[in-house]
Amino acid sequence: MVDLCVLYDKLRFEEKSIYDKALKKGIKVQMTDAKNITVTTDSKRKELSLGDVILQRSISHFRGLYLTSCLEFLGFPVINKFKVGETCGNKLLTSLTLAKHKVPTPKTHFAFSASAAMEAIGGTGFPVVLKPIIGSWGRGVFPLRDDEVANMIFEMREEDNNPLGRIYYIQEMIQRPPRDIRCIVVGDDIIAAVYRYSAQNEWRTNVARGGKAENAPITKELEEIALRAASAVGGGVLGVDLMEDEQRGLLVHEINNTVEFRGASNVSSVDIASAIIDYSVTVVKR
Amino acid sequence: MKKECQDCSAEINVPDDALVGEIVTCPDCGADFEIASKTQNEVDLKPAESVGEDWGQ
Repeated sequence: MVDLCVLYDKLRFEEKSIYDKALKKGIKVQMTDAKNITVTTDSKRKELSLGDVILQRSISHFRGLYLTSCLEFLGFPVINKFKVGETCGNKLLTSLTLAKHKVPTPKTHFAFSASAAMEAIGGTGFPVVLKPIIGSWGRGVFPLRDDEVANMIFEMREEDNNPLGRIYYIQEMIQRPPRDIRCIVVGDDIIAAVYRYSAQNEWRTNVARGGKAENAPITKELEEIALRAASAVGGGVLGVDLMEDEQRGLLVHEINNTVEFRGASNVSSVDIASAIIDYSVTVVKR
Repeated sequence: MKKECQDCSAEINVPDDALVGEIVTCPDCGADFEIASKTQNEVDLKPAESVGEDWGQ
């Protein structure tokens, strides 16, 4: 029987659903606190009782990422792989990977100083969207609509002591309905798709920002693009986020490595936790 | 199960179906605690981590 290990650092709805569902399916499952694991360069896989396959569900991106690299070093299969987490946790790497694989994605400028960033905007004009290259739940994502605000935000970033703040990720503002599409991709399948509508007086669509989910139809186009995007970053269990551009159709703007699916679960009839468990089992048997 | 808040001594109610790793909040002072261990009749709490900049998806 497959022994599944769910690694967490703070239990959310998602980890609890996976645990409950695994028990119902009769799968051997353990919940392990990532904060309690230590690994050394001499460690051996058999010294850590973490089962046959590990679902990395840490809420802290860096904890999850680097712990995954240690566990892969020991030979554990981890979902998702380190390389996938590294790409998806970084918007710059994600954009480059999507572009490299010809997955439709918003045009994005990368600049490495405030003055170069202003120059890049000068070439395209306002409005644009400034995003931190590493960040989540929509934090630090700003629409820039004029020089004055752009200069202020860049000045703040330059004064701040965060070296990543001096890497400028500037994306075209997509003309879209007040929603985006979150697709849950598990292995080679798209399991669920939901529209995420922004909350009132909020421009971002993150459920963590009060966004509301509604079931979305899985069209051929959506399926094709979401699966291509997932495969471009290395596959696994992923949340592929897309916008509906009025002219160009669907564009992938982000891929989430530790996908939250509470919003999708509430409105979709598909059992997402169950699909994730079934996929984890196939990873062991491969 | 009842536990005493480590910060303000108020009573925190830990639901019977709560799992290790879940967060409980003190109703009086609002401090968050993570369930460190739990058996049929014992529950241990530890201060929860505060939200990190790299939390979430």
